[in-house]
Amino acid sequence: MIKLIDVSKEYPRRGLALDGVSFHVRKGEFAFLTGHSGSGKSTTLRLIHMADRPTSGEVRVSGFSSSRTSPRDVWKLRRRVGFCFQDFRLLPNRTALENVAFALEVTGAGRKAIHTRAQRLLSQVGLAPKAGAMVHELSGGEQQRVAIARALVNDPLVLLADEPTGNLDERATRGIMELFWEINQLGMAVLMATHDLELVRRYPNARLLELDQGRLVYDSAAAEAGEAV
Amino acid sequence: MYALREALAAFRRAPLLTGLSAAMVGLALFVVGLFALAAYNLQLALESVEERVEIVAYLREEARTDEIALAEQELSSLPEVESVEIVTKDEALEIARRELPEFREVFTDLDVNPLPASIEIRLKAGHRDPSSVDHVARQAGQYPIVEDVRFGREWVDKVFTIRRMAAITTAVMGIAFALVALLIIGTAVRMAVFARRDEIRIMRLVGARDRFIRLPFLLEGALTGFAGGVLAIALTWLTYRAVFHWVFSIEWIPLSWVGAGLLAGVLFGTFASSLAVRRYLREVGE
Repeated sequence: MIKLIDVSKEYPRRGLALDGVSFHVRKGEFAFLTGHSGSGKSTTLRLIHMADRPTSGEVRVSGFSSSRTSPRDVWKLRRRVGFCFQDFRLLPNRTALENVAFALEVTGAGRKAIHTRAQRLLSQVGLAPKAGAMVHELSGGEQQRVAIARALVNDPLVLLADEPTGNLDERATRGIMELFWEINQLGMAVLMATHDLELVRRYPNARLLELDQGRLVYDSAAAEAGEAV
Repeated sequence: MYALREALAAFRRAPLLTGLSAAMVGLALFVVGLFALAAYNLQLALESVEERVEIVAYLREEARTDEIALAEQELSSLPEVESVEIVTKDEALEIARRELPEFREVFTDLDVNPLPASIEIRLKAGHRDPSSVDHVARQAGQYPIVEDVRFGREWVDKVFTIRRMAAITTAVMGIAFALVALLIIGTAVRMAVFARRDEIRIMRLVGARDRFIRLPFLLEGALTGFAGGVLAIALTWLTYRAVFHWVFSIEWIPLSWVGAGLLAGVLFGTFASSLAVRRYLREVGE
């Protein structure tokens, strides 16, 4: 599903962001990617989403390789990988339904199917009653639900989330985490970057990957198997 | 369909921005239009001056009618020549009396007509340049019945120097104005692209193809360019009417130029938009 093989990423000004990271997230797995700010969590997600390419090593995602996928073909990968952000990244001048419909439209869904599918996705994230609300009329938790619905438009195999609860209060965080868990139970792999260890502890069944200064310093799956990371 | 709907929606969602873009394009092309109006009328004026370019071959007294007819026939067959006219001695005197009234008495009291017969040669449009005039004049001068050939060499040279200068000025200034228009259109479209940067990011995020992202902006650029072109033509026409009514009589530019102006607006809009989107997509990254 997602495989990082000895991946390093160096930025001209920032220096080394990732240093020889390797891990493998399998189909249907739920994994947390933790670490302090600047440890390389967001860089890892960007590399998996191919918004960036590794300086060395290889990233493989659902049959796409960072060393063989041309920039022209990245859109194919994006349709298999959903992405949620801390700041939601919704279109502010549109309704919840229009935000989801927009994602469906730009990926070439048929006009008739768009409305039905957007409604169904909003129902799935528990936001059907607020489909017609403008984005600024929604709470942070509700906006994140819209963003999750949008990330699901292409029926992705994996859902990436970069600090998705970072801007939410405790109650909204619980709701969003339950939603991610439900999505995962449907068979979709989830890789969530967070620095909130309290949150991670609430999900002992999830896999834990910890980064420190660009290096993978802990992998719960490897630890259980008695392997070194 | 989506691209066209989005391009039209951009006008509805941000009427001020798209209106300003179209106005900027319109004003840039208006300057080009004014220049075209001036260039076209200058071209017409020069053509009317060039039409007066004429070669006159004065004939000897002893020239026989059959020799004159042969010269007329041969000169008429030259590719540069539009018409050849024989002016007899009597006709020359009549013309002199008519066109020079202050000397009418001198021409009336003559015992002998001193004016020579002549062959007047007019050249075809496109063959009124100094080298063609010189060539035909030399051909005419080779006949033994021709005593002298006149065509106002200095006049012809001056007319063609002005024509050449006008052509170079038109080309250089036309290109300069077109470049300015292109820069303005590019800036206007970049503003529009920047205003929709969030949409572009989201399109990429969910896996929209680059050409799918680009197409609405290209159409928006084309529509903005078209609207600007229409505005420029309207402003140029109003200027033409104002000059025609209050200053002096000028000609409106040919329809083909109007069409070319509109097409230029559409092409400039599309091209500038294409550059702006391509650049922005590169800045955003993969």
